[in-house]
Amino acid sequence: MSRIATCFAHLKQQNKKALIPFFTAGDPTPSKTVPLMHAMVTAGADIIELGVPFSDPMADGPTIQRSSERALENHVGLKDILGMVQQFRQDNKTTPVVLMGYANPIEAMGYEKFAQQAQAAGVDGVLTVDYPPEECTDFLECLAQHNLDPIFLLAPTTVDARIAAVARAARGFVYYVSLKGVTGSANLDLRAVQTRLSELRRHIQLPIGVGFGIRDGAMAKAMAEFSDAVVIGSRIVQEIENASPETVVARVETLVKSIRTAMDS
Amino acid sequence: MQVYDLPDPRGYFGPYGGVFVAETLMQALEELKLAYEHYRFDPEFQAEFTYDLKHYVGRASPVYYAKRWSEQLGGARIYLKREDLNHTGAHKINNTIGQALLAKRMGKKRVIAETGAGQHGVASATVAARMGMECVVYMGSEDVKRQSPNVFRMKMLGATVVPVESGSKTLKDALNEAMRDWVTNVDSTFYIIGTVAGPHPYPMMVRDFQSVIGHEALAQMPALTGRQPDAIIACVGGGSNAMGIFYPYLGLQDVRLIGVEAAGLGLASGKHAAPLNAGTPGVLHGNRTYLMQDENGQIIETHSISAGLDYPGVGPEHAWLKDSGRAEYVAVTDQEALEAFHDLCRFEGIIPALESSHALAHAAKIAPTMHRDQILLVNLSGRGDKDINTVAALSGITL
Repeated sequence: MSRIATCFAHLKQQNKKALIPFFTAGDPTPSKTVPLMHAMVTAGADIIELGVPFSDPMADGPTIQRSSERALENHVGLKDILGMVQQFRQDNKTTPVVLMGYANPIEAMGYEKFAQQAQAAGVDGVLTVDYPPEECTDFLECLAQHNLDPIFLLAPTTVDARIAAVARAARGFVYYVSLKGVTGSANLDLRAVQTRLSELRRHIQLPIGVGFGIRDGAMAKAMAEFSDAVVIGSRIVQEIENASPETVVARVETLVKSIRTAMDS
Repeated sequence: MQVYDLPDPRGYFGPYGGVFVAETLMQALEELKLAYEHYRFDPEFQAEFTYDLKHYVGRASPVYYAKRWSEQLGGARIYLKREDLNHTGAHKINNTIGQALLAKRMGKKRVIAETGAGQHGVASATVAARMGMECVVYMGSEDVKRQSPNVFRMKMLGATVVPVESGSKTLKDALNEAMRDWVTNVDSTFYIIGTVAGPHPYPMMVRDFQSVIGHEALAQMPALTGRQPDAIIACVGGGSNAMGIFYPYLGLQDVRLIGVEAAGLGLASGKHAAPLNAGTPGVLHGNRTYLMQDENGQIIETHSISAGLDYPGVGPEHAWLKDSGRAEYVAVTDQEALEAFHDLCRFEGIIPALESSHALAHAAKIAPTMHRDQILLVNLSGRGDKDINTVAALSGITL
């Protein structure tokens, strides 16, 4: 069983929901990435979603755009990030790591080379924002050969026929985008998400995570009531942006811990 | 007449094109595709489009023999397809009329657009004003500075111009921001993309709306010269004016099709905007095409004297035409474009857009190598009034 499947099975036994923090690799500096990952696990994160910076992050709001720009100023590329995951894996064999980013860095590396190196580094899942299932058949084959789970997004606008197609292609879990908008938006409608998730369950057997616009423990707790996982990105990236290099790891750990506590309360 | 029937149903021109967008936009693009497939061959839609092109845009645009300039250069006779004479001063209006008619039929009350030089922004603001739609135009803050007359024009037409401060602050970043707006307001909003790039069906749809240029030329050239030209030359940023004039000529194998990219400070300098000449394939802005990128797949900053060509990608159909060999793609530098700009002013009394000046510069290069009986047709895609600040600044003059 994959690390992601094991993780969700384990949480289910404990009647808990997964907390999935996101941040951009290389932000604020490359040397902080692995310590931040460990700190998140210590604080109660179940899966780490590691952002791969891209020069043109079309689906991201200003907070994550700025974090990508900082990471790129530090010259962090996909190869470096695989190195960071490998380093993380030396001390952590169980927490799943999902890479989240855009198609072009993967296109530039090549599907086979990426899949082979990601598996070797200890990556578990790959979420590529601008690869809808119809456009990545060859890529999916490469991921499958290397036991990497393709994580797909579903949106408020996804129609039933597409939900079924996404469900067929997805492994690990499915990521429901809770609002029409970019990451970090502030127009989240809890009731709409709840209704939508019950519809999605009719098509999807995999665990369903919810993300976009979740900003604090209370919202995370509310979302966890009817989802299997909660993704928090912009709020964490904001904490990284506002912290000094000396305090960043501790501040992020405190933040993630507070969200974990709220979710479990 | 056509040598191929592309794109395929999934929006591909060979390996290029496709629909590479976030899930939230997939349904909106499906709806757009269905709407366009319906109206593409709807006689009533086509009649309204044709009527507007004639009575509002002022089509057909003339073909003009640049006699004095041709004689000065010595060699081939150069003809100009005068898209600069269109309402709003460039070819961009052909496409915005078409998309606005579609937006109206789809019940959208709000349109958004990205713009580089500001010509597409002005053309979008124009059709929105005419149809009583809200219009928001995204424009890189660098471009807002260098194309200030067009910014003011858009505002006079009632549009909101949003300067984009992210990334390189140029056209690609304006496109990113427009996509973000669309994701957020997908139910109410129609995104008028200004070039033959973006996710399917945009490259096909924009090409179709712009192909009025080539269809007119097909009839005009024999009437004027007794035959079709030996070569057609057009500048290529995203590539809409080039696709518009090339497409109806694809089946005429004797007519060379030459796209001219912006070589900026020279291809060797790395400071240019010539993905077909010096880029590699990748995925950006919803389609797979040639891109300017580094070894990590990050998009690199482009440079061109002309804001409209300052873009790191290119329409997927151009990528296909390059690989298939049907069209050739060359590049000319800022300096060469500027010289052609001044020459057309002095010899013909026409102030061309800096974008179009790239096509003119290539014509000036090859005309002297050709015989007097040979004919070049240059797509003069826009007029240069918007560029007078840039040209004045380069000449050390403050207006």
